[in-house]
Amino acid sequence: MTVFLGLPTASPGVGNLHAATPFPTAAAEALRDDQLRRNLSHATRTIRGRRLQTVAELDDWEQLRAAGAAIKDDVLDHLDRYLLQLEQAVTARGGTVHWARDAAEANAIVVDLVRQAGATEVVKVKSMVTAEIGLNEALARGGIGAVETDLAELIVQLGRDHPSHILVPAIHRNRREIRDIFRREMVGVDPALGDEPAELVEAARAHLRQRFLTARVAVSGANFAIAETGTLAVVESEGNGRMCLTLPRTLITVMGIEKVLPSWRDLEVFLQLLPRSSTAERMNPYTSMWTGAVEGQEFHLVLLDNGRTATLADPAGRAALRCIRCSACLNVCPVYERTGGHAYGSVYPGPIGAVLTPQLTGVADHPHLPFASTLCGACFDACPVAIDIPRMLVHLRAQAVAAGARQRRLPTSEAAAMSVLGWLMSSPGRWSAALRALWLGRVLGRRTGWIRRLPPPMSAWTRSRDAPRPPRRPFRARGRRR
Amino acid sequence: MALFVTCLVDGLVPRVGAATVAVLERLGLDVAVPRRQTCCGQLHVNSGYPDQALALVRNHVAAFADAEAIVVASGSCVAAIRHQHVELARAAGDEGLAAAAAAVAARTYELSEFLVDVCGVLDVGAWFPHRVTLHQACHALRLLRTGDRARRLLDRVEGIELVDLPDADSCCGFGGTFALKNASVSAAMLADKLRAVDATGATVVTAGDASCLTHLGGGLSRAAAGARTVHLAEILAATRDRPWAPPGAPPHPRRRP
Repeated sequence: MTVFLGLPTASPGVGNLHAATPFPTAAAEALRDDQLRRNLSHATRTIRGRRLQTVAELDDWEQLRAAGAAIKDDVLDHLDRYLLQLEQAVTARGGTVHWARDAAEANAIVVDLVRQAGATEVVKVKSMVTAEIGLNEALARGGIGAVETDLAELIVQLGRDHPSHILVPAIHRNRREIRDIFRREMVGVDPALGDEPAELVEAARAHLRQRFLTARVAVSGANFAIAETGTLAVVESEGNGRMCLTLPRTLITVMGIEKVLPSWRDLEVFLQLLPRSSTAERMNPYTSMWTGAVEGQEFHLVLLDNGRTATLADPAGRAALRCIRCSACLNVCPVYERTGGHAYGSVYPGPIGAVLTPQLTGVADHPHLPFASTLCGACFDACPVAIDIPRMLVHLRAQAVAAGARQRRLPTSEAAAMSVLGWLMSSPGRWSAALRALWLGRVLGRRTGWIRRLPPPMSAWTRSRDAPRPPRRPFRARGRRR
Repeated sequence: MALFVTCLVDGLVPRVGAATVAVLERLGLDVAVPRRQTCCGQLHVNSGYPDQALALVRNHVAAFADAEAIVVASGSCVAAIRHQHVELARAAGDEGLAAAAAAVAARTYELSEFLVDVCGVLDVGAWFPHRVTLHQACHALRLLRTGDRARRLLDRVEGIELVDLPDADSCCGFGGTFALKNASVSAAMLADKLRAVDATGATVVTAGDASCLTHLGGGLSRAAAGARTVHLAEILAATRDRPWAPPGAPPHPRRRP
């Protein structure tokens, strides 16, 4: 039974969180792409190994994880307070704070601000949240060009593709594919461009330099925001973020409301956890921080909900909001390694995507995602803020099943099978009788002891593996005592 | 002490149950198999049917309420008993059941845990002259942290030739209903796992969980591969007097007299 407390219901998230194809179908399609599988397997394997090494260097890693989780939980418990504090601090330093309930509102705010600045092009720092709300598409509809300045993000943008990974958006592309994209899409690029990394980077640098120097507006996300001081922080590896953050006259930062941290001191924990988990580096090359607006510059902060307060409302699922977008869980996930990010149908792929996306949009919108895991637990071990993803997946599975049952008048065959099985298993007598009846299946698999083909739904099993032939008698029918 | 046979072992691979009893009895233990037991409910919980699992938790707790120690030859069932039972009871608002479930969970051990930690033995007097590789089942590895206990037990088996499995700690792709709901991803994971098994040249791949082994065994059978699956308990149960023999088909086709 639920008690209505008179609180308004938070609206679900919209934007690039919705899948056109359910995960099982999209995953099966992705599996047919051998090149994709080779690219993914190579990349995730490499970064997996390196991350283990860099993490092992710290003997207080487990304490750091616990500290990270505790700080984030405190933020989630007192989100209202910290956000108001952040707003006050940013405003006091000459910045302007905007609140956006969802993707549409956030996009409208940003498009408006860019227009007011009189710009037709913005440079962008790689940002998950602007990908989530589909900002580039919204800007384009408003006649404004958005230039991604992160190398991998640029590859994806030029390739008219979608990111496939949180940290390495172009993880699904190899060098030759990138060279082809550059040759095809970059204005003025050397037509004889090779596929050596140095050559590719140089081409991107030349392409971006001009954009940095002429841009009047930049858009960034934020890895952290300090409530105490109003400071925003972005960590990155290439320096392009820093160029965007300093050169343009107007800076617009869009951040999810869960990114706030109480105090400056808390950064210490996350600046250790994040780079080691994401890029397997002891420290990221560039950490940029800014507080309010400097003279002659405008600073706008857009605080985005887009399903986050709805997620917060579920005590068993809210820990997904601890996520610092490091992508460690993607790199260790055997399912992600085979399917890549696109199969998840959201800008948040992999294990964290499987728990975050259905919560942001409402589980009914993504009933398949919580099942996109074997519950092997590798993601939980890798998570720097100790999000128990497997437990959360199980919790969301129950919600997905319940949501499905509400939508249908008749139970699914799975629900019926589970009911029958539950009924049999809840009584020792019935269960023993059921197991004894299994010998009927012995007509199959006589020759090898394995069954080659079973009817649906078990045909999904026998499509790629044999099933064991039932024994003559179950174990407990063999007359053990008591 | 009591044996929780698990539904999969009871119904599909009873030889694993018999092997577990054989190992424990050889160590001088008196093994009871409570009649009332059925299933730990993991399948229902992990498939999104926690309400139906609650009846199974009730039954399990009642079946093992009197047992001093409960041994299970399956890491994932122990993980369900340790990590899900109390929560299910609590979610249903039954604090009495939650307390009883916690007490049962505290006395429940995965086979390698029981042998190494409770009995304090590594050498169980087994003899298994085969080339063996060990797959680390995910739930024992990550939810129970059984670590290298299985490996240490296998190390003391006479005649065994133990070879490392590449990526031993990566999931085989079973995942309960995952194998049906995401059949193609599961099959891809299985294919990679079997490739790793093949690379070892082992004739036997072992694990502490009948579910992973059913998946791997089905894959090996389909691929007509040289290796076969044998549960850890079966290896530990094998002795010179009663050596392990491949189950399944009779060696020669039976003729009618």
